[in-house]
Amino acid sequence: MIKALPKVLFFLLIVRPVVYLMLGLNLLQREKLPVHGPAILAANHNSHLDTLVLMSLYPLTTLHRVRPVAAADYFLRNRFTAWLSLNLIGIIPLDRQGEVGKDKVFELCQRALADDQILLLFPEGSRGDPEQLQPLRKGIYHLARSQPGTRVTPVALHGLGKALPRGGSMIVPFNCDAVVGDPLEPGEDCDAFMNELQTALEDLLTQCITRSKKQEG
Amino acid sequence: MDLGLPFMLELTPNTLTAMVLVLALLVLASIIQRLLVSRLPAGTHIELQQRIRSWWIMVLVVFTALVIGHTASLIFFTILSFIALREFFSILPVRLTDRRLILALYLLVPVHYYWIATDWYGMFTIFIPVYLFLLIPFGLLLLGETKGFIRAVASYQWAVMTTVFAISHVAYLLMLPAETNPAGGGVGLVLYLVFLTQFNDVAQYIWGKTFGRRKIVPGISPNKTWEGFLGGIATTTLLGGLLAPWLTPLHWPLGLLAGLLIGIAGFVGDLTISAVKRDLLIKDTGQLIPGHGGILDRIDSLMYTAPLFFHFLRYTAY
Repeated sequence: MIKALPKVLFFLLIVRPVVYLMLGLNLLQREKLPVHGPAILAANHNSHLDTLVLMSLYPLTTLHRVRPVAAADYFLRNRFTAWLSLNLIGIIPLDRQGEVGKDKVFELCQRALADDQILLLFPEGSRGDPEQLQPLRKGIYHLARSQPGTRVTPVALHGLGKALPRGGSMIVPFNCDAVVGDPLEPGEDCDAFMNELQTALEDLLTQCITRSKKQEG
Repeated sequence: MDLGLPFMLELTPNTLTAMVLVLALLVLASIIQRLLVSRLPAGTHIELQQRIRSWWIMVLVVFTALVIGHTASLIFFTILSFIALREFFSILPVRLTDRRLILALYLLVPVHYYWIATDWYGMFTIFIPVYLFLLIPFGLLLLGETKGFIRAVASYQWAVMTTVFAISHVAYLLMLPAETNPAGGGVGLVLYLVFLTQFNDVAQYIWGKTFGRRKIVPGISPNKTWEGFLGGIATTTLLGGLLAPWLTPLHWPLGLLAGLLIGIAGFVGDLTISAVKRDLLIKDTGQLIPGHGGILDRIDSLMYTAPLFFHFLRYTAY
């Protein structure tokens, strides 16, 4: 527990005030959020705030079991960012550049799933333009299949790309939406699962309160 | 009357009674809702229950701020304006280049309320309608994006005018000289305006639900009817005349007129936000208040009644 203390304090004193007071969060269907692992949250990705918002949905007592999967090349690029990412946020670093063998890429993730943890994954791979869903990558399917019983819960996020877009350096308050969907179980067919996930995310996006159906639909 | 409690010095006996009556009205609403459990379909009933619970929370928050005093009330209205402005910016199609200007506008909300706190009436009336009117397009010029310039200028200006300037008139009621209104004081004026505005919403809803047949603006708000509109306005007008001598410096004939003004303006404010939502194809502006939607869904009528009532009152009584 002592090891989790910096992370809990960081979320209690900094992240939660930012997410709940500075930004306004419209949270729909919170009850569908998985509370036990092995589970994967699959969200669309527009902003660094995405991870922090998803983690803020969890009570402080379960926070140490929630692990964002993040690009090693980006989040471990210097000592300060690496310390912040590993200790305060608790990321699982993922090699995007193929330096590790294909079968080893998800090793740390698989170990976390085997330990009944909850992984946060952005299947789009990286932050795209605000509110544009990019093609999903299939790694999430193989990861979920590797640990029996793993369910994938889609979460649509909206508005955070305005609050802190890619390349932006300051947070501007906007209300944002987080809509949690029904958990999906990956079956034999990879493409069928990826389609299911894509459809689920698109459908959840339409439920976002602040999302104008006219502008982006 | 000095009640001996330092934090209650700003409340007159009439305003205290009014607060107790509002709470009694809420108790009554809660009781009626319990009695209706078996008669209403489950969905309607849950929404009604949520709405009444939210009313309790809203009333208790507003009353707490008013009871603590001017400073607490001004801070409350500053936060209210900020949340409403943020909600407006969140539903508007905002250009990413304008984020810096939007941040500046948020930071100017407390500045505007500072003019109220220092009772600088001249600055209060021109800060947003004159200075920000000129500065918003200037700020956007500096950011350099011309595509969508006109729409950005107009929509940001409108957002600040409605959520900050208009709403802040409720707060300025607290700064009007107390000796002109020995019956109710500043708090009495706020209670009169806010109660009548919200009561008008509820009255129009109930009249419409009970007798509503002929639609009044089907293209904007299909649930609004002539019966609800007229019944609501009549109720608010009567109540305005009845309550005015008790909480405001207005005699009953002017009170009737104030009630009529609040009834009509409240209806228009409500419709305006409905039109905004129709344009953007969204249902609610947020989910801050369960059963009601966002904060804009709740204060839409107040955005219209507050400045109109304020100037009606100031012209006739101060």
